[in-house]
Amino acid sequence: MHAPLLQLQHINAHYGPIHVLKDLSLEVGAGEIVCLLGGNACGKSTTLKTILGLVTPSSGTIVFAGEPITGWSSSERIRRGIAVVPENRRLFGPLTVHENLLMGAYLRHDRRAIDEDLARIYARFPRLSERAGQPAQTLSGGEQQMLAVGRALMSRPKLLLLDEPSMGLAPQLVEQSFALLQMLSRQGVAVLVVEQNARVALQIAQRGYVLQTGRVVLEGAAAGLVANDQLRRAYLSRGSVIRFSPLGHGRAWRGHGRQSGERR
Amino acid sequence: MGDSLSHLPQQLANGLTLGAVYALIALGYSLVYGVLRLLNFAHGEVYMVGAFIGYGVLSLLDPALAAGLPGWLGLTAMLLAAMLGCGLLGALIERLVYRPLRHTHRLAPLLGALGIAFVLQHGVLLLASARHRAIHAELILPAALGFELGSVRLSAARLLVIGIALLLLAALSLLVYRTRMGRALRAIGADPEAAAMLGVPVERVVSQTFVLGSALAGAAGVLVGLVFTKVWHLMGVAAGLKGFTAAVLGGIGSLPGALLGGLLLGIAESVSTGVISPTYSDLIVFGVLIVALLVRPSGLFGKRAQPKV
Ligand SMILES: Nc1ncnc2c1ncn2[C@@H]1O[C@H](COP(=O)(O)OP(=O)(O)OP(=O)(O)O)[C@@H](O)[C@H]1O
Ligand SMILES: [Mg+2]
Repeated sequence: MHAPLLQLQHINAHYGPIHVLKDLSLEVGAGEIVCLLGGNACGKSTTLKTILGLVTPSSGTIVFAGEPITGWSSSERIRRGIAVVPENRRLFGPLTVHENLLMGAYLRHDRRAIDEDLARIYARFPRLSERAGQPAQTLSGGEQQMLAVGRALMSRPKLLLLDEPSMGLAPQLVEQSFALLQMLSRQGVAVLVVEQNARVALQIAQRGYVLQTGRVVLEGAAAGLVANDQLRRAYLSRGSVIRFSPLGHGRAWRGHGRQSGERR
Repeated sequence: MGDSLSHLPQQLANGLTLGAVYALIALGYSLVYGVLRLLNFAHGEVYMVGAFIGYGVLSLLDPALAAGLPGWLGLTAMLLAAMLGCGLLGALIERLVYRPLRHTHRLAPLLGALGIAFVLQHGVLLLASARHRAIHAELILPAALGFELGSVRLSAARLLVIGIALLLLAALSLLVYRTRMGRALRAIGADPEAAAMLGVPVERVVSQTFVLGSALAGAAGVLVGLVFTKVWHLMGVAAGLKGFTAAVLGGIGSLPGALLGGLLLGIAESVSTGVISPTYSDLIVFGVLIVALLVRPSGLFGKRAQPKV
């Protein structure tokens, strides 16, 4: 067992009268990959926003790298090593690829090290380097995904949060971006990935949590979850929200919120 | 007609001055719109306040200038005071009126803007009365100073206005396109929530945007005073409307668009006044705007209209 880098303890969160997260507890160890599964509107994005400090929990504690960060601002959390690849990527379309990457380093002032990190990201994603001066909105879906991950890495996170990174990507690109997450984790970056695409997520994750209407209904080692009948039933009974096989892309339906492709 | 046509080069030259001023005002509209999708209809009044600050500083410096203080120092003082004062005023308006109204009804900020406009107009009316106040620009620049090319004459004041406006435009585009703050400003314009997820202090950058746009309006107020040599409390109404028109013509949210829109509008106004008739000049100017928008609904530099959440 890894030493827990992130701990959510008995978190409750509300949007006005709506109780979205119910007594939610979860852990991510240093360098671990953990997936958070669940159907539409069950509170996955809200969980990530709570970790990042964009949603204030009504009760519960968040501990990161040994410090209670529950009352901290987002920027303090980002400085301490939390970064996110948001749902739908949310790149800055009119800004260039290069500027998007620089925005990821917004809170850093170490010019030198920022340049080194830029060089490293361009080396890892030569496509981005070729398109450095191009507006982000002109990139293909796969390139946008690379840029979204690259932008998040520019803050040198210890913990990377990803909100449905597979959404809208062709199966091959999904495999690629999940392989990248594995590589990051080998380099010591912990990953918490929210997915509706349970099959791929469980392939790379060591552990997983399953949310249902804001509550953790199932948790454990990925291998165990894959085999879990309850998990299969829970999702198969909700239609094709989670597609076990074959790997699809796009979504069956969306209950709420932003449609994919809304911001390009 | 032949006689009025001979005025054309002169009117073009005058239009350039007017256009530079409209461009400075239009930039404020476009900056704020680009970041917040908000039409700051109190912007014309901020410009008017800038003109009065310039007037006030000049009155204070009057004895010093008469005693030999160099004119350029006086002008610098006017510009700095107006830009600072208006920048502060803009930040205050944002903080006290627009921010609390931001997530309420769509029309609330518009009504708020009209409210601020009245407050500023009447505030200045109380302080300065309804009289036109004369700006003694000759204290800064001898009226006879100027530059002639054939039949075209550009006074030093007009040249100065164009020069300073271009300088401010250049400084602004450096700021917006070459600095960390400018990058954050454009990122917020594209997606404020995503910017917040990267740790950008969105509210602070929004404040800074208002400071920038309002400071430019303040400078425009001072510059106009130099050329037209008078200020009064309702001068912001027409200028605000024209700055806004210029921003729309150029494509609201686009900075190069605001510049081009301002210049086009200034030239169109000046040429139609001098060559056709002053009576019809506004009619012609707004006619041109309507036709331009029929042909290019999102303005010269505007992007295709896209829904914004
Ligand atoms: N800003 C908000 N204001 C009010 N309600 C919200 C807000 N954001 C989310 N909700 C509601 O909270 C619930 C959980 O939303 P959340 O976005 O966390 O779900 P999710 O699991 O990420 O769903 P999806 O898979 O569709 O992305 C939903 O019912 C949603 O409608
Ligand atoms: Mg979500």
